[in-house]
Amino acid sequence: MPVKVETYDRTEEAARALASSRSAKFFGGGTLVMRAVNAGDQSFDTIIRLRDPSFRTIRAEGDGIVIGAGATMAAVAANRDLAFLAPVARIVGGPAIRNMATVGGNLFAPGNYGDFATALLALGATVMLAGSSGRGVPIDEFLRDRDRYATSLVQAVSVPRPRDAGAFRFVKVSRVKPKGVAVLSIAAFVPQSGGRVQGARVAYASMGPTPLRATAVERVLEGQPLDAATIERAAAVAVDGITPPTDALASSWYRAQVTGVHLKRLLTGERR
Amino acid sequence: MAKKPVQFHLNGSEKAVFVDDGQNLLDVLRRGVGDLTPKYGCGQGTCGTCTVLIDGEPHLSCLVLAETVEGKQISTTAGLQNGSELHPLQKAFMDGFAAQCGYCTPGMLMAASALLARNSNPSREDVVEAISGNICRCTGYEPIINAILAAAKDGGVRRYG
Repeated sequence: MPVKVETYDRTEEAARALASSRSAKFFGGGTLVMRAVNAGDQSFDTIIRLRDPSFRTIRAEGDGIVIGAGATMAAVAANRDLAFLAPVARIVGGPAIRNMATVGGNLFAPGNYGDFATALLALGATVMLAGSSGRGVPIDEFLRDRDRYATSLVQAVSVPRPRDAGAFRFVKVSRVKPKGVAVLSIAAFVPQSGGRVQGARVAYASMGPTPLRATAVERVLEGQPLDAATIERAAAVAVDGITPPTDALASSWYRAQVTGVHLKRLLTGERR
Repeated sequence: MAKKPVQFHLNGSEKAVFVDDGQNLLDVLRRGVGDLTPKYGCGQGTCGTCTVLIDGEPHLSCLVLAETVEGKQISTTAGLQNGSELHPLQKAFMDGFAAQCGYCTPGMLMAASALLARNSNPSREDVVEAISGNICRCTGYEPIINAILAAAKDGGVRRYG
């Protein structure tokens, strides 16, 4: 069954077309949708494209930065306001993928591909949906119920700018160097106030069907100095309440064994 | 389903083609305009052998929706050589035995040419990063990395497009 491509110039039109179709996929950069087309995926028959240039813009707004959902990883990596997210954008794919893959697409990336979304989760981003509601959805809620938002057009993502850039840390663990699909990734936002962690948010990629929060780790870190003893205790509960998946890259057991090790290295700032 | 007209520049010459909905750029290049240099590898964005430059930036042509390249400048390996004279990258690949089965080579050459257009004196790390989206199963990468470094050192790398 050949696929039909519908192109819109206005966000509202594209959002309406997406909402009213039962078998349409929204086209961001093509790295997910064209992959499905090439594989002969029959689950959709329409591709919806948006040509609005504002869909790709990145702008500072108040205490945060609003990243258009159509902004590519390359655009994020090159943006001065997003210096804290550039290292995350740079570990996504190779240069060609980064010229194509979008921030909005990464929110829907399956399995091991949601590294950028994981960073956004740790930073407490808000997902802005297009359409009449025009509302912002906390990324936690968005990812928890991601399938429900498949017919909504994600217009942008609003990311609070960390006051202390050093409070945000990210590591992607892959078997193939320099680039490979993640065995797991960890994004940790550990802002400190008066020598104690306040508002810790730690998120994992490749540890479940969507990026998820490591709530047990956050509870251990909260209100504590980020010292060796705290980090040791955090690492000990790294996978509490989490059942990592088994896939071609690693078993559930392996992921459970190594997550604490990588978390400890990330929090101590130890270079691998 | 109606075909859509698309015009673009391929290695400097104008092309006008009709594309199908959902057709990817690689298919248009190979079957539509007969440029067989970009290769179909995985069709999933993993292998990089379909890499072409769109407005100077590397893209995976198998994942590019063909109708989106309207008015763009596309460069492929077919545009690297000048008549019978090979591009310095191609020469370096040949001299350094950087191709074994050769299937990854067009993608490697395009990724490398994008790097050298931006950075005429890349470090080894720059080269490794530039080809990090391109898989080679024969060479172990070392001859490829060395060939790209040799081409950069040799100078004279021209940009087509």
